[in-house]
Amino acid sequence: MEPRSKSFWWLTAFFALFVLFLYGPTVTIGILSFQGPDGGLTFPMRGVSTHWFHALFAQQAVGDIWGAWRRSFVLGLMVMAVTVVVSVMAGLAFRKHFVGSGVLFYLAIASLVIPSILVSLGVGLIFNEGGLPIHWATSAFGAQLTWTLPFGLLVMFAVFNRFDKRYEEAARDQGASAWQTVRHVILPIIAPPVIGVALFGFSLSYDEFARTLLTSGSYNTLPLEIFGMTTNVTNPVIYALGTLTTLFSFAIIAVFLGVVWALGLRRRRGGSDAGKSV
Amino acid sequence: MSSSPVSHTMSESAKGWLLASPLALVLGAFLVLPIGMIFVVSFWQATEFSIEPAFSWENYEFLLTSPVTWKVFLATFKYAFLTWVFTLLIGFTVAYYLAFHIRSAASQTALFLLCTIPFLTSNIIRMISWIPFLGRNGIANQALISLGVIDQPLEWLLYSDFAVVLAFVHINTLFMITPIFNTMTRIDHRLIEAARDQGASGWQILWSVIVPLSKPGIMIGSIFVVTLVMGDFITVRFMSGSQSANVGRLISNDIGLLQYPSASATSVVLLITVLMMIGIVLRFVNIRKEL
Repeated sequence: MEPRSKSFWWLTAFFALFVLFLYGPTVTIGILSFQGPDGGLTFPMRGVSTHWFHALFAQQAVGDIWGAWRRSFVLGLMVMAVTVVVSVMAGLAFRKHFVGSGVLFYLAIASLVIPSILVSLGVGLIFNEGGLPIHWATSAFGAQLTWTLPFGLLVMFAVFNRFDKRYEEAARDQGASAWQTVRHVILPIIAPPVIGVALFGFSLSYDEFARTLLTSGSYNTLPLEIFGMTTNVTNPVIYALGTLTTLFSFAIIAVFLGVVWALGLRRRRGGSDAGKSV
Repeated sequence: MSSSPVSHTMSESAKGWLLASPLALVLGAFLVLPIGMIFVVSFWQATEFSIEPAFSWENYEFLLTSPVTWKVFLATFKYAFLTWVFTLLIGFTVAYYLAFHIRSAASQTALFLLCTIPFLTSNIIRMISWIPFLGRNGIANQALISLGVIDQPLEWLLYSDFAVVLAFVHINTLFMITPIFNTMTRIDHRLIEAARDQGASGWQILWSVIVPLSKPGIMIGSIFVVTLVMGDFITVRFMSGSQSANVGRLISNDIGLLQYPSASATSVVLLITVLMMIGIVLRFVNIRKEL
């Protein structure tokens, strides 16, 4: 190996600074959420305590954040499931040439670039004028899908652009039906990125603000609740909540990474289980 | 199920449609219809308590002749441009480092993941996280004072345009890193070796080989960043302490006042602006091939 050039060390320093820029503020509020009971929103720390975490459990101090958290969690799971199924189906669809595929593709791209507040406003107006009740599980659910589905689709494009079609052809030559090919050949191969799509589907929904703003009705999701707090809470309780929900996001990411890792381990140990369960 | 006669007689196109139909349905119901609705409502009229169907250019007339609109659009372009410049410089450098200076695929994945994780946490929390850093008694001011650079705390760190752009860069740089990194990993390393054999310097390789070949990624990243900033309303509101406005805030203020027709008209103008900008970029890149 050739020795590292000078530019390598400059770029490493740059990258380290970038990571500090990414994580520094989050770590800072992590520390400040342990502020003593008399402490404020900035340093210095006035003692160390878990006072502000306890305050999160006192209903009157912060409103219905646990209800909001439950709703966000359920909504995230709903969006995740639909995003995975619909993006994989659409990814398979785009490998075939069908009439209007170009239009549908650009519609998906449009869905990514159209400002969130327009989707929020439009969906809200449709439900209002159509006399349908606005609810996080219906209108907000649909509005969030316009953000997560195109993401899932783009990942599927990236996956299938690199997919070796010879695996499929081999399966077909061995007499596998179209469904068997998908179930036992394609799906196991694309499993890791599909798990990635699931993680994105859940996280983007769990943290979504703009698309939920006008579409969630009378029950807030967690990001809406947190934003409400920014306007009237001026103590570190908001840091405690931020720290908890960020830790929760980290835990979710860890779970998904664990699944991908276990999948790779199983694959290396025993090969794929393709064909064993026919 | 697999050997049913249907699947054999069904044409590829029909199968394609069947598989794509859920996506088409969702986008039809929650994107096409709502945007169509906004377009229709933008011609309606608002009374004090309700909105009424009409066909009136009044909303557009008011919007396009108001000096506030032009000022706010100008501010929106300013945020988009500044954020674009910084995310491009940072995103390109980070992607270049990951793609060309990190040798093992495992470390590449790990470091890329490190950049991705914050993207999967709450944007609002990430904005709030700047308060202890930029506030009047925040870390930045305390550090600058103790270093003797300033004697008074700087007031423009938090709740200012500076804070707005900082938060935009903080939140959106990943959208630049990902597509550029993706394009860079597909660059044939023999091209770089060939350039080096011909006596090109490091800078020449960067400028004449890597930058041109990374253009598709740069374009895709730029589309993401520019559209996200153009459509934002929450970052500007929070980080400027409600002192600055962009188009998104104009819309959300109208919504807050239940002025849906005028919010819709502003939305239509914003949408046309964004789509025109993207139309220009798309002339230079085929997104589908570049993924």
